[in-house]
Amino acid sequence: MPEIKVTPLGAGQDVGRSCILVSIAGKNVMLDCGMHMGYNDDRRFPDFSYITQNGRLTDFLDCVIISHFHLDHCGALPYFSEMVGYDGPIYMTHPTKAICPILLEDYRKITVDKKGETNFFTSQMIKDCMKKVVAVHLHQTVQVDEELEIKAYYAGHVLGAAMFQIKVGCESVVYTGDYNMTPDRHLGAAWIDKCRPDLLISESTYATTIRDSKRCRERDFLKKVHETVERGGKVLIPVFALGRAQELCILLETFWERMNLKAPIYFSTGLTEKANHYYKLFITWTNQKIRKTFVQRNMFEFKHIKAFDRAFADNPGPMVVFATPGMLHAGQSLQIFRKWAGNEKNMVIMPGYCVQGTVGHKILSGQRKLEMEGRQILEVKMQVEYMSFSAHADAKGIMQLIRQAEPRNVLLVHGEAKKMEFLKQKIEQEFHVSCFMPANGETTTILTNPCIPVDISLGLLKRETAIGPVPDAKKPKLMHGTLLMKDNSFQLVSPEQALKELGLAEHQLRFTCRVHIQDPRKEHETVLRVYNHLKGILKDYSVQHLPDGSITVESILIQATAHSEDQGTKVLLVSWTYQDEELGSYLTSLLKKGLPQST
Amino acid sequence: FLQYCLSGHPTLPCNVLKFKSTTIMLDCGLDMTSTLNFLPLPLVQSPRLSKLPGWVLKDGSTFLDKELKECSGHVFVDSVPEFCLPETELLDLSTVDVILISNYHCMMALPYITEYTGFTGTVYATEPTVQIGRLLMEELVNSIERVPKAQSASMWKNKEVQRLLPAPLKDAVEVSMWRKCYTMPEVNAALSKIQLVGYSQKIELFGAVQVTPLSSGYALGSSNWIIQSHYEKVSYVSGSSLLTTHPQPMDQASLKNSDVLILTGLTQIPTANPDGMVGEFCSNLAMTVRNGGNVLVPCYPSGVIYDLLECLYQYIDSAGLSNVPFYFISPVANSSLEFSQIFAEWLCHNKQTKVYLPEPPFPHAELIQTNKLKHYPSIHGDFSNDFKQPCVVFTGHPSLRFGDVVHFMELWGKSSLNTVIFTEPDFSYLDALAPYQPLAMKCVYCPIDTRLNFIQVSKLLKEVQPLHVVCPEQYTQPPPTQSHRTDLMIECQPPAVSYRRAEVLTLPYKRRYEKIEIMPDLADSLVPLEIKPGISLATVSAVLHTKDNKHVLQLPPKPPQPPASKKRKRVSDDVPECKSLKPLLSGSIPVEQFVQTLEKHGFSDVKVEDTAKGHIVLLQEAETLIQLEEDSTHIICDNDEPLRVKLRDLVLKFLQKF
Repeated sequence: MPEIKVTPLGAGQDVGRSCILVSIAGKNVMLDCGMHMGYNDDRRFPDFSYITQNGRLTDFLDCVIISHFHLDHCGALPYFSEMVGYDGPIYMTHPTKAICPILLEDYRKITVDKKGETNFFTSQMIKDCMKKVVAVHLHQTVQVDEELEIKAYYAGHVLGAAMFQIKVGCESVVYTGDYNMTPDRHLGAAWIDKCRPDLLISESTYATTIRDSKRCRERDFLKKVHETVERGGKVLIPVFALGRAQELCILLETFWERMNLKAPIYFSTGLTEKANHYYKLFITWTNQKIRKTFVQRNMFEFKHIKAFDRAFADNPGPMVVFATPGMLHAGQSLQIFRKWAGNEKNMVIMPGYCVQGTVGHKILSGQRKLEMEGRQILEVKMQVEYMSFSAHADAKGIMQLIRQAEPRNVLLVHGEAKKMEFLKQKIEQEFHVSCFMPANGETTTILTNPCIPVDISLGLLKRETAIGPVPDAKKPKLMHGTLLMKDNSFQLVSPEQALKELGLAEHQLRFTCRVHIQDPRKEHETVLRVYNHLKGILKDYSVQHLPDGSITVESILIQATAHSEDQGTKVLLVSWTYQDEELGSYLTSLLKKGLPQST
Repeated sequence: FLQYCLSGHPTLPCNVLKFKSTTIMLDCGLDMTSTLNFLPLPLVQSPRLSKLPGWVLKDGSTFLDKELKECSGHVFVDSVPEFCLPETELLDLSTVDVILISNYHCMMALPYITEYTGFTGTVYATEPTVQIGRLLMEELVNSIERVPKAQSASMWKNKEVQRLLPAPLKDAVEVSMWRKCYTMPEVNAALSKIQLVGYSQKIELFGAVQVTPLSSGYALGSSNWIIQSHYEKVSYVSGSSLLTTHPQPMDQASLKNSDVLILTGLTQIPTANPDGMVGEFCSNLAMTVRNGGNVLVPCYPSGVIYDLLECLYQYIDSAGLSNVPFYFISPVANSSLEFSQIFAEWLCHNKQTKVYLPEPPFPHAELIQTNKLKHYPSIHGDFSNDFKQPCVVFTGHPSLRFGDVVHFMELWGKSSLNTVIFTEPDFSYLDALAPYQPLAMKCVYCPIDTRLNFIQVSKLLKEVQPLHVVCPEQYTQPPPTQSHRTDLMIECQPPAVSYRRAEVLTLPYKRRYEKIEIMPDLADSLVPLEIKPGISLATVSAVLHTKDNKHVLQLPPKPPQPPASKKRKRVSDDVPECKSLKPLLSGSIPVEQFVQTLEKHGFSDVKVEDTAKGHIVLLQEAETLIQLEEDSTHIICDNDEPLRVKLRDLVLKFLQKF
């Protein structure tokens, strides 16, 4: 029985380091190639030695697919392709291809330049890696090779985020990457057609959360920012440069304009303007409203939001600062956090998920005394707020996607084991499909039942759709054919054609049965009685009395002769071919019972 | 399958294919050359045009002098300009299931089709095609609607009257079918029926046919289409280019293995080299401006204009034109310039790479930023304040019959310092200029048509090797004005099948197979038998399900077990219900082995007689006779069913089933 095998190298019962191996119909595909924000050692990258110990990765993988530009989905890519060594194709959407190298370079700088690590990938490696990338359009069917094809669907999580369908013959897998089922201020909602994959691999970050309405969260967010600024406090919003940042900027920009607020809003790092530029150039990937109005007003040209300078952090008075990275694990956001953490007037708003091990995760779980580098203890007095703005599907959204795609199996990744367990039960109950949640390094095997496509001769197909005693479209039709198997081709043809193609003659098998009937009448009268008898019983068949005195039932021939010795007995010769076996056999047994008494 | 040809214009095609029970319209181009027969619509009252004399018949009759005006020996209809629609009577257009659009120039008749014919299907096009197509339609509607014309001429269309008119009015075809421009609500309704598609996206139509757009390299989002089922493939090539301009390069490889290739939209100026024309355009422009004259470039608001602006961007500094203002005037100028920058995914590799930086793909962004290029919705408003001469003006419409271009022709036509440069190939420049004669202004003809020329076509056909080529009749003969140029026509083997307006073609192809799927449980139940080395066969008896034109074979349901004989049933209950066909048989029966088998099964009195064609095996006690021949076996016996069945099964052992 054919099977699909899935092994997460990362994101198995965990968030971070997304990397999932899929084997389908002899093809091996790697989905995402991420890093883990919670680790600084070997564990930050997937363990590619699982794929092969000493061979080249290119020989073992048919392709790599990157779902979106977040580092936990693409952060290990240069390491994988340039340091471990992979030369095959890497697929991603155009915006991902555009933005991914910038975030990788950013990541490299923080790791190498700031933390002084060696043996890390270089700028040149990022460039070389990106040369292997093939950009795909939404809904384009990309033929990776003759059998393997992939197709991207809109995922809505960040600019350019995509879900991917991987298909070989009749078997298919859909990998969602990260997705969002509700449109937000700058992106649309994820969408997929009823593609009925054998397996849906879904993220499950918010497996147990049903989030309150977006409007409420937005109002809450604005209220908190507003209150802090009013009392002269500073608001730090750690974000990733692209994604939530733009949504929150649009939100604050419109609020500032409406309320006529004067407190400055800053966006850290030089990436801001560049980031916004990507949104302008890839506006076709944003939501409908922004796309429709962009000629009149480009939503990504902000009036109130200015570039941040490091010195501004010490300025007196209120301000709002968006700073990267989003989980407070390094870089500018962490620097500002350390400066502002001691003042209870200030506030930090975490708008997204934080991976275990990061400062963001620590303060969110209530820790107020943090051990920083050099054994320094940082006391956190500022207010810590969490607002789920990350654009992941919540439990409702995940169920909705399953309903849309109608998979035969579901596999959960990118979530916490406990929450996954809960969602898994819910999915199995509601959809009656198997749901899996393998840990990293654990292989899940799914049996598939692919149908076999064959070529049917048009003659046979037309014949079979034409016959049948009652032409009833709804009634299934029985069809008889011969399947010819040559090399790898399968042809279903009529038996006659099969004989012809093989150069064989038909062998006719005929039966003739003598049936004795007691009837003193003349032969032709006997024949007439037989005819009337059969006509009465075989209503659906063509029964004919021929001028030469014989009877036909369909193609079965019945003739009567007198018995050579006994005039009171007539001999009926019933003759049929093997193809009429059932009817012939039935007729002889019917006639054997004799004719009904004449009236 | 059938092809209905609704348009005679080779670059503005409109064909309908009937293919596997689907009806597919390929493009709906609008022939606007009809507008050349009309007087221009001036934005500002033009004394010259309003004073033109009415046309008088040879016999002195003046009944047409309100409708027809004479200008420098040409006669024009003084009325709202009208367009020549695709044929609407050749087939019932409400039966069209889908419309496939190849580029924004080939969709201009869409509102006439979707809003007036009872069309209820879906239109497929790429996003740039739709967005830019919308801009073209908007500009068209706007430029006609903002000059309301009191008069609508119809008398001249009367067949009896038309006969009396001078050429080309006399020869204009189907004038009764000419229609006025549609309105914006109709445009919006038509566009709302479009579903967006991407290159290489496979779209299933009713399960029977798959259509796929491919990059055609001609314009932003322009596509060729593959229409295929499992066994037949039709390629529709319309407006393709192999030159490196701004769009994504043409996808040629996917056109291979076509049964039929429909070829439309070749270059209209096969003798002009687009690169040379661009060079001439630049030098003429520079010369005029240096001499203090103005340059007018009648153009569409999208397409070649992007390439021209890019050339000028590179050229103006070196040519010392940095201080000359460039004006782009169109109600959709701003939108067109903005939209061009957001379709990175549809652009050539170089432009795509710029977006990754991130920089705008087209340098006209910089021309706008540095104030060298300014755009205005019309000559009214801001433009009149900013207007400085000498300058270069890009504006529409290329027919010179409506749009802001009419104003500039009237304004600049009298001075020989000025130049009008024709770059769009859709209209004969002499015909376009006719109502402006006499003209002092210089005219330069630099048509830039990047579509395939005949050399490229013959290379393409060699490359993709279609079994049959179908094309408009114009492509199967040299151009009428250059009848010696036999190189300017399509040559291929077998010769191309040509079509003309209002013709129905039966396209040559024969289909022998169809795809069917065998369900796994049925596949498991099959018993393959090797008949010859490498060839196996299995007989299949299965239930055929057909849904949405997809065929599936399933295991037949198990016959219900007959209830353990309770009552004697009536005879008629036993009538076999369906004629369950037995397989065909093949092979022959070796008589000696057969006799041995019979003996092994308890027949002791077997006797064999030779006949001319084979043998007769006699079972004396059972009064049974078996005739064995090369290709037939005949069992003649008494009505002893168990015996017959036993013999039957023994015979079958020697034969192969099909």
